[in-house]
Amino acid sequence: MLKYICKRLLLMIPTLLGIIFIVFTVMNLTPGSPGRTILGTTATQEQVDQLNHELGYDRPFLVRFLDYCGDLLQGDMGTSYRTRADFTTELKGRMPTTLKLGIASFVLSSILGISLGILSAVKQYSFADTFCSTTAILFASIPGFFLGMVLIYVFGLQLGWFPTFGGTDFKSYVLPVITLTLSNTVIVQRLTRTTMLEAVRQDYIRTAKAKGCSKSRITWKHALKNAILPVITVMGINAGSVMGGAVICETVFSLPGMGTYILTAIRSKDIPVVMSSTVVLSLIFCVIMILVDVLYAVIDPRIRERVTR
Amino acid sequence: MSEKKTDMPAAGQEPLLRVSHLRVSFQTDKALLCAVEDVSFDVRKGETLGIVGESGCGKSISCMSILKLVQGENVRYENGAVLFEGEDTLSMTDKQLQKIRGRKISMIFQEPMTALNPLYTIGDQMGEVLKLHTKLSKKEIWDRCCEMLEKVRIPNSREIMLRYPFNLSGGMRQRVMIAMALLTNPELVIADEPTTALDVTIQAQVLDVMKDLQKEYGCSYIFITHDLGVISEMADRVVVMYGGRVCECAATDTLFEHPYHPYTRGLIASRPYRGMKTDRLPVIPGNVPSLNNKPAGCPFHTRCPDAMDCCREAFPEETAVGEGHTVACWKYAKK
Repeated sequence: MLKYICKRLLLMIPTLLGIIFIVFTVMNLTPGSPGRTILGTTATQEQVDQLNHELGYDRPFLVRFLDYCGDLLQGDMGTSYRTRADFTTELKGRMPTTLKLGIASFVLSSILGISLGILSAVKQYSFADTFCSTTAILFASIPGFFLGMVLIYVFGLQLGWFPTFGGTDFKSYVLPVITLTLSNTVIVQRLTRTTMLEAVRQDYIRTAKAKGCSKSRITWKHALKNAILPVITVMGINAGSVMGGAVICETVFSLPGMGTYILTAIRSKDIPVVMSSTVVLSLIFCVIMILVDVLYAVIDPRIRERVTR
Repeated sequence: MSEKKTDMPAAGQEPLLRVSHLRVSFQTDKALLCAVEDVSFDVRKGETLGIVGESGCGKSISCMSILKLVQGENVRYENGAVLFEGEDTLSMTDKQLQKIRGRKISMIFQEPMTALNPLYTIGDQMGEVLKLHTKLSKKEIWDRCCEMLEKVRIPNSREIMLRYPFNLSGGMRQRVMIAMALLTNPELVIADEPTTALDVTIQAQVLDVMKDLQKEYGCSYIFITHDLGVISEMADRVVVMYGGRVCECAATDTLFEHPYHPYTRGLIASRPYRGMKTDRLPVIPGNVPSLNNKPAGCPFHTRCPDAMDCCREAFPEETAVGEGHTVACWKYAKK
């Protein structure tokens, strides 16, 4: 198993290199230069060229790419073109906000989604099931930014229960976490319901029943373990896409996290920031995906046998 | 087998299990579809009762009903009773049933490939039965499972206990199922086509194992199959089912020598035998009618060579034609 994990970790290197190259290329192909975006339309061409030269942007593409990779290897994640601030320092300040948001919503949506999914499956066609499924469709069809604004209006402005911006205390995270959680919960709930319904129709469930297992033992021991595998995959993807949701969420709720930071960086063609953020996010995503695969192997002996062979 | 028959309790003694006038239906949007109607049979202590019939004749559903194990929310146990040790299992609560399932009546299923949970070891799944029904310690459970695996002739049982179902062949898995079914020393084992999915050589081994275990533990078997060869090998008495009804019931030898019901005759005639002078096996023409357009009267009249007018109108009463031999056919009905 350890060998398998090491192999997967090593495979991350080419993946990350590929991602870096693609994003670097895309950033280079889009029109405009950092000098122009920073100085604005009123600046003269000389001033723009001057700034671009200072930033090192006038060097050829490949040189800049290799230079960036070299810096990265030495642990230097670059400095922002726009603010001249060190990326690592900025990361340390902003990452906790995004992580709090992401982890809270991931944990909540997983617990809620799985338990509601089981409930729906065990009591198929009951009131609880119909209610869950209907509200699920409702929340799945509302875009995150709109839900965020509705929550701000109702609970922030009208009722005044929660602050509508800033990320300083526990209360200010409540509304963003809810916004981010709901749509992910829906996906997990729907999938758990389907896979559970599939699992309880299997022959081994009938065997368990014939052995004299109680209903709850059948649900929790025999069916859930079989039903959870696809759900774990989706939870992994959810955990990765929480970052995407965080961009919207942080913007709507004005939280000083990674999301808003990346958004501004992309707009102002702040290449070092965009690149290093991408590296950090892809790294997180890769690690989550390895975790998912390891969990698969832990749960399913058939997969375990295949990967450890 | 012959010596066992002399051990059989005298007629009139309470049987181990008595299914009487069982009727099982499925509720659909449009109608109530009746899968099993007015099925009655007894299982005596220590005997093997064979239930034979084509696919879809209701043999599995009748037997699953004994423990209320028919799959699906829409199943209705409409009528009849299943008396086991004097109590009706059909009117039992889930809790009461859980105490009987796996302990007093256990089951062996047809599909050895899917009947075991793929994510738990053989030891886990076998041990679960004892964990549910006995107060044995972990060590005792483990030893008992190993012992049982050896009885079904699985070598190096201690190693197999740690394996997963996917590591085992079909025959091995079915033997694990048999071992699991007999762990608690049940009174009755219901085997639903236990050898159908296996190779012929493995089939014979599995049947052997089952016979030996019956000798050792004295349990009764209900053996569901469509294979008359298996029936003649295993059963003391046979119930022949067609279209959700019992058409004939007799001791195995009697049934093979003097079948009365045209369906039983057809079944026996369609078996291949050595020295057969034809390149085509005789068949019963037609198919089993589906649940939603079951013919009125005797369900077999659409395929019966001897069908009469009265066959289309009503189902015949059960008539005794010999000792312990009953048949439900208008040809033999006392008019």
